[in-house]
Amino acid sequence: MDFEKPIAELEGKVKELRHLATGSELDLQEEISKLESRAAKLLSQTYAKLNAWQKALVARHPDRPHFKDYVASLVENWTPLAGDRAFADDSAIQGGIGRLRGRSVVLIGHERGHDTESRVKHNFGMARPEGYRKAMRLMRLAERFGLPVVTLVDTPGAYPGVDAEARGQAEAIARSIETGLDLQVPFVSVIVGEGGSGGAIALAAADRVLMLEHSIYSVITPEGCAAILWRAADQASEAAQALKLTAQDLLELRLIDAVVEEPLGGAHRGRATTIGRVGDAIEQQLAELDGVAGADLRRNRREKFIRMGQAVEA
Amino acid sequence: MSNWLTDYVRPKIRALVSRETALPDDLWRQCTSCERMIFHRDFEQAQRVCPHCGHHMRVDPKFRFETLFDAGSWQQIELPKVPADPLKFRDQKRYADRLKEAQAKTGRQDALEAAHGKIDGMPAVIAVMNFAFMGGSMGTAVGEAFLAAAKLAVLQEAALIVFTSSGGARMQEGALSLMQMARTTVAVEMVKDKGLPYIVVLTDPTTGGVTASFAMLGDIQLAEPGAMIGFAGARVIEQTIREKLPEGFQRAEYLRDHGIVDMVVHRFDLRATLVRILDLLLRKRRDLPEAPAAAEPAVEPPAEAPTLELVRTSEPQPGE
Repeated sequence: MDFEKPIAELEGKVKELRHLATGSELDLQEEISKLESRAAKLLSQTYAKLNAWQKALVARHPDRPHFKDYVASLVENWTPLAGDRAFADDSAIQGGIGRLRGRSVVLIGHERGHDTESRVKHNFGMARPEGYRKAMRLMRLAERFGLPVVTLVDTPGAYPGVDAEARGQAEAIARSIETGLDLQVPFVSVIVGEGGSGGAIALAAADRVLMLEHSIYSVITPEGCAAILWRAADQASEAAQALKLTAQDLLELRLIDAVVEEPLGGAHRGRATTIGRVGDAIEQQLAELDGVAGADLRRNRREKFIRMGQAVEA
Repeated sequence: MSNWLTDYVRPKIRALVSRETALPDDLWRQCTSCERMIFHRDFEQAQRVCPHCGHHMRVDPKFRFETLFDAGSWQQIELPKVPADPLKFRDQKRYADRLKEAQAKTGRQDALEAAHGKIDGMPAVIAVMNFAFMGGSMGTAVGEAFLAAAKLAVLQEAALIVFTSSGGARMQEGALSLMQMARTTVAVEMVKDKGLPYIVVLTDPTTGGVTASFAMLGDIQLAEPGAMIGFAGARVIEQTIREKLPEGFQRAEYLRDHGIVDMVVHRFDLRATLVRILDLLLRKRRDLPEAPAAAEPAVEPPAEAPTLELVRTSEPQPGE
């Protein structure tokens, strides 16, 4: 990422000096720590004032923790469940049952993949109708057994393809939102990377919606918005700013409930810390929803969304 | 391009114009599909369906209210006021200015209007999206208007019928427009929870966030012939898959063939179809004597609506 270049340069120098120091009598420790502290300071300054477009880039950083990383660290006895029972299993959306901080939960989320092969397998996190239909099926499974639903959202958007349209992409998303709003069990959603439009809200019509500090949640990608309204895709940075898509913007607009802090320099620099904090946040939210009757959960959730336009008015 | 109409009608227009220069332009309409000319009186009589090719042209909310409600039974709902431009959005133009322009151009507040009245004596709320208003895009105003329509349907124990036509979410309202997908879905649920019918009529064009929310949640899904209906835009799909799109892709008939809408209904048959559906869903028992108070005078269907063969196929009407 361009804006990280000065940091990378400093880090490169540190590496170089370390390499020099190991092969010689020279004591470079003082120089190294000086550079290191400069790099850390620059990193903290840079990340304290990331603009919306830079956040979009961080949110899409390939080294950010993905669904499988959260599962590996947070979930015991992970039991993935597959298929929509009608057509296929969609790898862009993963789901299953497992134990998260002692609780049995149904966990559902987008998986983007981490290398070329897995990205293709997971279709870059762009789900087809069967993905949303699997998610709905699992939400209903959770409801049947009184398990909370937890979703991790990270998608550029729903897949725009002929096959997806033929099988009712829009209907699947609409039903998925409807199912989420209808659930009589606790439902917590965390936007961990990119919350791309309908494909994201399909899994995020939840009691509590959290966002990681440098994640984004938007009605359209900055590039798409720039192409339409500015008629120039290179205006993505400006579009990102105008769309108010950062976690901080959404919290201020009262469209989400809380922001989960990322480690210094973003989730990709502290994966384990990030995952731990997301786990803590989910645990806390689920604890707050403990003991609320199913009908009340549903009513409160619906009222929360109804209030959203009005919150801005106030 | 040569056919009887272009050869015959156009010279006729020219002849008319040359004879009478004061002829108002609005005596003739041009079909947006086959581009042939239609005399305005024929156009209105045909409910703005091209008599040559059967193309269903876009219509405004008032047209729907007038053609679907029992005459004199309906009244438009005053819609909630919402804050204009909540994000202070600015691209090459300020959203606040775009809104004002759209309001000046259309004379309407925003892209959805609603009215309540009777359809064959049965109470109904009809909400209609207006594509002429910023492409029918859905922002807070549309969400609020849809909620108001749903709440009124619940209050009056009326059916909710919505006519969709939209380019999708209104980008200028950012994530707030995205949230309307959830908010309108809550509205649909309120109607369904009361056991009231929620009927969607998909009209040209319906795409994006509107399709992926309340437009796909109908108890019954109808569509007008030839209407473009989809989630992603055809151009986006073409760029993604780098292939030509199949014939008739994302048209109403394609959706019906793929199991996504129940029926494609010609505009002439729309009222009769709605009456039949509502009658079956609401007047459940004909074998019992009717409670005297419940009886409403049934209104005769309009003369042009056939009484048999209510649902026509969507094939274009023979035009040449």
